[in-house]
Amino acid sequence: MNRTKGDEEEYWNSSKFKAFTFDDEDDELSQLKESKRAVNSLRDFVDDEDDDDLERVSWSGEPVGSISWSIKETAGNSGSSQEGREQLKSRNSFSTYTQLPKPTSTYSLSSFFRGRTRPGSFQSLSDALSDAPAKSYAPELGRPKGEYRDYSNDWSPSDTVRRLRKGKVCSLERFRSLQDKLQLLEEAVSMHDGNVITAVLIFLKRTLSKEILFRELEVRQVALRHLIHFLKEIGDQKLLLDLLRFLDRTEELALSHYREHLNIQDPEKRKEFLKTCVGLPFSAEDSAHIQDHYTLLERQIIIEANDRHLESAGQTEIFRKHPRKASILNMPLVTTLFYSCFYHYTEAEGTFSSPVNLKKTFKIPDKQYVLTALAARAKLRAWHDVDALFTTKNWLGYTKKRAPIGFHRVVEILHKNSAPVQILQEYVNLVEDVDTKLNLATKFKCHDVVIDTCRDLKDRQQLLAYRSKVDKGSAEEEKIDAILNSSQIRWKN
Amino acid sequence: MAFPHRPDAPELPDFSMLKRLARDQLIYLLEQLPGKKDLFIEADLMSPLDRIANVSILKQHEVDKLYKVESKPALSSNEQLCFLVRPRIKNMRYIASLVNADKMAGRTRKYKVIFCPQKFHACEMVLEEEGVYGDVSCDEWAFSLLPLDVDLLSMELPEFFRDYFLEGDQRWINTVAQALHLLSTLYGPFPNCYGIGRCTKMSYELWRRLEEEEDGETKGRRPEIGHIFLLDRDVDFVTALCSQVVYEGLVDDTFRIKCGSVDFGPEVTSSDRSLKVLLNAEDKVFNEIRNEHFSNVFGFLSQKARNLQAQYDRRRGMDIKQMKNFVSQELKGLKQEHRLLSVHIGACESIMKKKTKQDFQELIKTEHALLEGFNIRESTSYIEEHIDRQVSPIESLRLMCLLSITENGLIPKDYRSLKTQYLQSYGPEHLLTFSNLRRAGLLTEQAPGDTLTAVESKVSKLVTDKAAGKITDAFSSLAKRSNFRAISKKLNLIPRVDGEYDLKVPRDMAYVFSGAYVPLSCRIIEQVLERRSWQGLDEVVRLLNCSELAFTDMTKEDKASSECLRLILVVFLGGCTFSEISALRFLGREKGYRFIFLTTAITNSARLMEAMSEVKA
Repeated sequence: MNRTKGDEEEYWNSSKFKAFTFDDEDDELSQLKESKRAVNSLRDFVDDEDDDDLERVSWSGEPVGSISWSIKETAGNSGSSQEGREQLKSRNSFSTYTQLPKPTSTYSLSSFFRGRTRPGSFQSLSDALSDAPAKSYAPELGRPKGEYRDYSNDWSPSDTVRRLRKGKVCSLERFRSLQDKLQLLEEAVSMHDGNVITAVLIFLKRTLSKEILFRELEVRQVALRHLIHFLKEIGDQKLLLDLLRFLDRTEELALSHYREHLNIQDPEKRKEFLKTCVGLPFSAEDSAHIQDHYTLLERQIIIEANDRHLESAGQTEIFRKHPRKASILNMPLVTTLFYSCFYHYTEAEGTFSSPVNLKKTFKIPDKQYVLTALAARAKLRAWHDVDALFTTKNWLGYTKKRAPIGFHRVVEILHKNSAPVQILQEYVNLVEDVDTKLNLATKFKCHDVVIDTCRDLKDRQQLLAYRSKVDKGSAEEEKIDAILNSSQIRWKN
Repeated sequence: MAFPHRPDAPELPDFSMLKRLARDQLIYLLEQLPGKKDLFIEADLMSPLDRIANVSILKQHEVDKLYKVESKPALSSNEQLCFLVRPRIKNMRYIASLVNADKMAGRTRKYKVIFCPQKFHACEMVLEEEGVYGDVSCDEWAFSLLPLDVDLLSMELPEFFRDYFLEGDQRWINTVAQALHLLSTLYGPFPNCYGIGRCTKMSYELWRRLEEEEDGETKGRRPEIGHIFLLDRDVDFVTALCSQVVYEGLVDDTFRIKCGSVDFGPEVTSSDRSLKVLLNAEDKVFNEIRNEHFSNVFGFLSQKARNLQAQYDRRRGMDIKQMKNFVSQELKGLKQEHRLLSVHIGACESIMKKKTKQDFQELIKTEHALLEGFNIRESTSYIEEHIDRQVSPIESLRLMCLLSITENGLIPKDYRSLKTQYLQSYGPEHLLTFSNLRRAGLLTEQAPGDTLTAVESKVSKLVTDKAAGKITDAFSSLAKRSNFRAISKKLNLIPRVDGEYDLKVPRDMAYVFSGAYVPLSCRIIEQVLERRSWQGLDEVVRLLNCSELAFTDMTKEDKASSECLRLILVVFLGGCTFSEISALRFLGREKGYRFIFLTTAITNSARLMEAMSEVKA
């Protein structure tokens, strides 16, 4: 979920991107491997190109002279590389914005109109602007502070709200009666600007008692939502919880409290915190999830301590062969189950880390259990365990293969874990639907299954077609020939 | 392929002046802090800034070093520090800690904060609380319209979606209104305005108010753009939740286009480095394939490659003079085209590889089934399996939302079991994500009837003031049904196809989803433009839960040329997808219109889901 965040961090931090030097710039484009099929033949002709610099602004990995690039430079050599700066200067002369003269503010405001292509509209546009160009285009700056500070204290609620919208400093202190305050709030709400609504709320929060504020907001939903969001943003959790309690929004209250666990890094503390969440007024359904969250972390802490010990002791084969890549703490349940199927498959139900124990404790459905166990055991290439996973005995003692997830899925997962053909074959054969079976067998090159299926279908044409796909002189070819020559089969085509 | 515009299609206005305007404003602001200064830039503002200025411009205005605003102490030794940031609380805390650290060390510097696109009172409050108000001077840089392409303006505010559609915070409405005001000042008034959605309506009202306050600025101006159409993202969540299959959308879904450019990794460039590529109409190859269904792109690229080969081959048998001409006049163009071709061929290959691996075909089949409303059981178990196999948290969530919206909510049994499995597969803390999705109306449980929720009825009893009418609206997302099936029927969103839908020769906007579905948002726009009003669409509007929220506003404008009346500005509040842009470009070519897009940000299904997700480091 944080992938983009992470990517961005990498983008900024990895040495790969910082290592931009001016020397390798010519490689930028010739590095571009020629398009594989069609454009291939043109390579020689293009490789010796001399790139012109203007183009590279949009084409280099990171345009030279771009702001993002420059910041990386600062980060890279946090001192100041004089040399780099010099080169930078020379590079920048290629930029499209060459030597923009330092504009005075009047220049900057009018300059862009010269570029306008339609002379027809030029006149009227500049006319409209000459009215109050500073007002509409340039932010109000550089004036003495007093000029936009409001001392006169006689703005009406609507004037006040308008000034607030324009970002001006505006004293609200004169709105002292509850009626005035509420009128101000209503004025803000009716203007729709959330920034102003929040500004008024900040004032109300400061000048009204909690009870009165909450009471008034309960019937003003738009303002209420702004206050809730504001409290979330500034992290005033206490007031937020008070508010939700006042509003009797018990579920939201519970969730808000629960959200805090995300900020607790220490696993023990997090566990203790989750314990306090268990009794909160969640919906019945969510209560169970919270309980499970607590139990899961509790288990993970035990397993983690135990396994870290085992791993460092170096006595356990599985940990030596397959060192753990990450801690199991705070992982989802399914990942934990996978972990437990991987490292603790044979453990008795009594131990916390055994898969069966996890399955029972968290009521993991059969389907999910089988899917996860299969993936874990296949990864270890423990084909015997895979076999056992699908073998059931009926009351007469006969064994039978059964898969709650469908054997076509089993085959795919096995293939992903590069199971050998003999194993794959066995499970492809168990796929019930003939077409699916044939497709899978062909896809995964289970020759025997394809051949036998064609024979069973009495499909001579398909078998002939398949003959061309197997290796010349192979056992498969022989087998096909034997079948094709057999006089006992009544082919349907 | 690459359909030309009709000869009578209107010219697009020149939006490059927006860039110059923004640049000039920034320069003006930098000049307010004379002398050498270090500039700290928020990460999210870097790409937009790169599109309008560069280092040499900053240097000319005495910016010494550039830093990224991040949670590390600043190393700057400059006497003047300038911060260019979005108005966010955490930025204020960062700046305050920096200033306070200086104070502790007995150091005095000058600090300036430039808020983009505007400052919020809550930010100033934090500065005040942290005791640095007055030590820091604040300015606003009203840069809220970035032209990403000739017909696409982005406000680059992805947080708009969560702030408004989840939290109900209207903080960006003023920004939207200001942006619209600026557009009407520069490009003349809009003779015809249409809109649908609550946020749309509020933004429109505030915009009108601004125009009245600054009366006269647009008076007498000739309109350049004949129509403006505003709509809220929540009017049509379905389209944004679908997998994209037109090239530009697919590139966005696969590689994430950021601020008009994309980073192609080694898997695309077939080298060990990444390549940053600007994707817009100036890329001749891209421009021809961007709106195409992916299945057409291969053929086009190989045709293009053959042509290129032929042109290179011409040099054989040239004499010296002809060769000289060839090199000086054509070679550069050919080389450029060659580069572009390689990049897009590489991108296609990489997309194909990824899509084959994730069983895209089956995924698309499920999506289409959901859109058409058949085999719901089968789709549900497909989603379930997706979750059980931990395929991808975002994809799983997206499919569940699609199921929920198309079916007016999940039946309680399915909701419970999918949610439980989701939490087991991707982590219990997603409980918070589910709560968010429910609040935003994206993933709900079917209620046993249309009764109001307990909270709602309690609130409506309490309400006595004039705001009464608006109260239930505040809870609209909780109670409102999506009615997708009925809307789809009314607007004919699922085309009846006899035989194959020929994706090479699209006949309607459904081609952007392989002929299976006409994007709802685009269909609404098409219908309203055809009627020049909402007339006859009452039932649709009601089903969209927008009875009070759809409006038309026409001024009699005799100065409007027929050309300008075929230019339409479409404003998406909460984000629009490349598929929608492609679909409307197609509509424009069919009808002789040209569409211009203004969006709070480019979005897609993954971005929507991430915005709702509560799990952050």
